[in-house]
Amino acid sequence: MVNEILEILNEDSRRTPEEIAVMLGTDVETVKQKIAELEKNKVIVKYNTIVNWDKTDREYVTALIEVKVTPQRDQGFDAIVERIYKFPEVKSVYLMSGDYDLAVMIEGRTMKEVAFFVAEKLSVLDSVLSTATHFVLKKYKVDGVILEDEEKDYRQVIVP
Amino acid sequence: MNVESKIAERVKEVPPSGIRKFFDIASEMEGVISLGVGEPDFVTPWNVREACIYSLEKGMTYYTSNWGMPELRKAISCYLSRRFGLEYNPKNEILVTVGASEAIDLALRAILNPEDEVLIPDPSYVAYMPCVRFAGAKAVAVECRPEDEFRLTPDKLEQKITPKTKALILPYPNNPTGAIMTMEDLEAIAQVLRRTDIIVISDEIYAELTYGQRHVSIASLPDMKERTVVINGFSKAFAMTGWRLGYAAGHPALIGAMVKIHQYTTLCAPIMAQVAAIEALRKGFEDGFASVEYMVKQYNMRRKVMVNGFREIGLECYEPKGAFYVFPSIKKTGMTSEEFCEKLLLDQKVAVVPGTAFGASGEGFIRCSYAYSIDNINEAIKRIGNFLKKIL
Repeated sequence: MVNEILEILNEDSRRTPEEIAVMLGTDVETVKQKIAELEKNKVIVKYNTIVNWDKTDREYVTALIEVKVTPQRDQGFDAIVERIYKFPEVKSVYLMSGDYDLAVMIEGRTMKEVAFFVAEKLSVLDSVLSTATHFVLKKYKVDGVILEDEEKDYRQVIVP
Repeated sequence: MNVESKIAERVKEVPPSGIRKFFDIASEMEGVISLGVGEPDFVTPWNVREACIYSLEKGMTYYTSNWGMPELRKAISCYLSRRFGLEYNPKNEILVTVGASEAIDLALRAILNPEDEVLIPDPSYVAYMPCVRFAGAKAVAVECRPEDEFRLTPDKLEQKITPKTKALILPYPNNPTGAIMTMEDLEAIAQVLRRTDIIVISDEIYAELTYGQRHVSIASLPDMKERTVVINGFSKAFAMTGWRLGYAAGHPALIGAMVKIHQYTTLCAPIMAQVAAIEALRKGFEDGFASVEYMVKQYNMRRKVMVNGFREIGLECYEPKGAFYVFPSIKKTGMTSEEFCEKLLLDQKVAVVPGTAFGASGEGFIRCSYAYSIDNINEAIKRIGNFLKKIL
């Protein structure tokens, strides 16, 4: 039941407890209580909106920064990662296998702003060995959603 | 020359589909919300489409065996065994057809002589009666009632059996009622049939779409396999309606006769659709039919939203356990099904299908499909609610 509630909200966070109760064939109070628990336990972290900023006049750029770091004794990557993710410019941080250690997504208003952030804030951190900046040119699919989906309902109005 | 007079009597005497008229009105209108569609709103999964594209790139554009590609028949055999406990030999007991529709037509033509009678539960899918009549035989409706949750009951069946009865079409899960037949329901029917020589044409196209319990095929009951042709396809379970790919499984003599007609009239199902179907099954075996399970889960939620919605606006409706239709009663409006649907369409721009399109027993009911997004379903129900307020 909990997973089903999460799947519904993950698909559309505007679904009300009343709607969810109908969809799952249970009562509203149970749904409300489960959601409250999930929020409290931080399983539901936040209710978010997927925005296609490219369709607005907002100036912004996103970049993926590959970061190589030296893990620290006793703390591994956690201490250095914490110092990185606390910057508001940093939108997400993942620890990676492979050629580099951290994948850091940065958002800024201009390429210059992002470049300076990397040069002045990231590269200078003690444990950071090197960085490589890749700017995102276009977003096609974000969090499982195709931003400009051209598939439409081709079905006829009435079919036996 | 009077060309019209050249049309065969048995074609002329079959009335045009009751759905056609609504389709013509609805497709002319702007801003129509439809609950009138008998096909999934999911597009075919990408891995299946991609497999087809790849096959075209490789140049797989030829005829296949009349029976269908051996690899596909093997996969179908394995699928029927794994999902429904049915065992069929891919060599001579499975035939791949152009949609389950062709399989129904072939099964009927393979067994029917003039004067034969075929029993058809009423209401049911629109094609059975015409196919029986095109095959030169007589279609006999067997009433299914709302108080029986539209299941076929042994007493209603028995009443219609005559020495001329050749076959029974068993269409469950049912379009348009959403009714299913449980193991016990089927056993009661089987007990009647075992005393006869009646062939069963079991149209199980909605077999994957049941809620709360797995579909049971009548062919899996003791002594029923030999006389049963199981018909299924990829349209509903794998969201592949437009690919037109179905199949029949049954006794080698029956399938053999069907192949004879198929090879001379159709030759084979399109190779691209067959290749796509192989991929659909391959992926299913690999991931435990996750995409089927996902669709069923989505339909189930929409089903509950729709049943609940109709009850809230005061339309009586039993809870259907299969397919993707709800079949509410509109008897309290005092209108006929056709009248109701036409007025609803003109007044609120909601397209639903009159129950009478599926047989006389559908009078007083409308078929509403929940193969739509929840927002679409809610909006349609709101409009139907407005309509009821106006007329009641």
